[in-house]
Amino acid sequence: MTLLNKSLKTLLITSLIAAPAIASAETAEEKGMRIAVEAKESDNGWQDMQANMNMILRNKLGQESIREIRMKSLEVDGDGDKSLSVFDKPSDVKGTAFLSFSHSIGADDQWLYLPKLKRVKRIASRNKSGPFMGSEFSYEDLSSFEVEKYTYKFIKEEACEGGTCNVVEQYPVDKNSGYTRRVVWLDQAEHRPWKIDFYDRKNSPLKTLTYHSYQEYKEKHWRADMMKMVNHQTGKSTDLTYGSYTFQTGLSDSDFNKNTLKRAR
Amino acid sequence: MGTSKLLLAAGLLSALPVQAETFYEMSGKVTADLRYFTQDAKFQNQDYNTNLSFTVEPEFYWEWNDGNDNLTFTPFLRIDENDSQRTHGDIRELSWVHIGDDWELRTGIRKVFWGVTEFQHLVDVINQTDAVDDFDGEDKLGQQMINLSLVRGWGIVDLYLLPGFRERTFVGDEGRLRAGLAVNDDHTTYESGAGKNHIDTAIRWSHTLGDFDLGAYWFRGTNRDPKLQAKNVNGSTVLAPYYEQMDQIGFDLQATIDSWLWKIEGIHRDTSSENYWAAQGGFEYTFYGIQESAADLGVLLEYGWDERGTDADAAIQNDLFMGARLALNDAESTEMLAGISHDIDYDSQSLIIEASRRVGDDWKISLDGRFFSSDDPADLSYSINQDDHLQLTVERYF
Repeated sequence: MTLLNKSLKTLLITSLIAAPAIASAETAEEKGMRIAVEAKESDNGWQDMQANMNMILRNKLGQESIREIRMKSLEVDGDGDKSLSVFDKPSDVKGTAFLSFSHSIGADDQWLYLPKLKRVKRIASRNKSGPFMGSEFSYEDLSSFEVEKYTYKFIKEEACEGGTCNVVEQYPVDKNSGYTRRVVWLDQAEHRPWKIDFYDRKNSPLKTLTYHSYQEYKEKHWRADMMKMVNHQTGKSTDLTYGSYTFQTGLSDSDFNKNTLKRAR
Repeated sequence: MGTSKLLLAAGLLSALPVQAETFYEMSGKVTADLRYFTQDAKFQNQDYNTNLSFTVEPEFYWEWNDGNDNLTFTPFLRIDENDSQRTHGDIRELSWVHIGDDWELRTGIRKVFWGVTEFQHLVDVINQTDAVDDFDGEDKLGQQMINLSLVRGWGIVDLYLLPGFRERTFVGDEGRLRAGLAVNDDHTTYESGAGKNHIDTAIRWSHTLGDFDLGAYWFRGTNRDPKLQAKNVNGSTVLAPYYEQMDQIGFDLQATIDSWLWKIEGIHRDTSSENYWAAQGGFEYTFYGIQESAADLGVLLEYGWDERGTDADAAIQNDLFMGARLALNDAESTEMLAGISHDIDYDSQSLIIEASRRVGDDWKISLDGRFFSSDDPADLSYSINQDDHLQLTVERYF
């Protein structure tokens, strides 16, 4: 039923956007929006997912620091995803867990579990632009992509690693975003992102994210095994690698609450 | 031992992993801390200015039955240079958890935290305070329990059966940060005829409604806070703990709105000697990315109130707390916290400063400072007004 609703909605949105294109030329804004909707729709239906996430943080001198996180996510129809993450490394935060109900519009709901005190703390989700675990990824870089989070402008077509890419500028709607804009390279064949340039609040180049070694899961969901984020202003970088991806393992709403947060480990 | 403990032991034994698919993991930490007291001691037998202490706290964890059963064992040991009472051990956790579809059964020795405020944990009542371990009241002794937790659409309900009571630990005669008379727990007495074998019960409901996280509970059993009675033992005076029975209701509420956390928690406690209300409330506001950096600065303000006023045997009865928390959000997780408490009735203050950072992948180093100012002998903090100290802690995780 919800699936039907969703495809109906997609049909509506795409026909609304596509319709004027027949009559007159589609504007750059409309085309940017259409590409975003297509990308989101092409990945719909993943239902739930589990993966291991490792980060290698490098400072300017090349010194490394490791983060190891296990995560579970649940696709929510008509809203942002639910996710539960547990930290394994560094060892002083081992067992710390993070529960997030993200929303396409408005603040996310987030709770942190502190194993030493056995305490669950609701935390403010306002800090979208802050670094995640000291890495070059901010919280907003790691949150799920929702069409409503940006406005769009198509820039050009360009050859890229994934064939021909659409280059689209995305302007964050949230005033708390750390960016004025993101420039995204999405391939036309599979709607996969290959590169994102981030511009800070002063519109200066801040970071570049590149995607490497894409794998296809369940014959439709493409995930990169590695993502490299380089900060041009500080010279620091973070390599994010994903392993042990599994899809549709039967997770449900009941796997994402304060009780599951407390025993996440 | 008592039947209740046997019951617990039987429950744990029957839960032991039998299947081949068992996941096992060991982790934990060892710490060393050095305290330097900046002033000479106030009382006899406290004749030292530095104190060295070591702790070890491993955690053993087993998981089987596709993760639907797990067992955790966390022993704890502290060795203290000067205070023989502070040299102590505890089982922080020895518990079996069985997970059902919308329920969990947690059996054994465990720790439970309730509440939302930072400067006082008023509603947190299940576990006894390990007061000898550190003086901030954050360290707790493991509590024997059977806890059934039910997840419903209208919230989470926790039912607790608490067989057996843990006595509070106290700083010994040779310890600093104590009252003029040391507490002697060889002379502990109870209101209940069952003594420390009284079976306590509690029920708590907690839920999230939009921006609000709320909880309410009823606890019936042994009051974790003892009355300290002066007793004459072999010609010398000692303080002996006396534990009453109590009925307590409590509630806690946090509103998380934009950069604001609004918090309040309160209790009504009913014992045979008194019944009263007490509350703690305030806010935390965070400035994100200050000065164009990645650092966050949180400012905290809380107020603690006790209906009994200066008759209260609690340290917080009309007290104001201010704090600042700075997180650099760097790779080393560098953090600083400063808090000032001001007792409005006694015009006394205390200042607490904490700074910590990670070193390499497995080490953490912290420097804490605690400073007290109190001129009124009726004030509970008067007896520790010469115990200002700095504490350097090195932690190694494994």
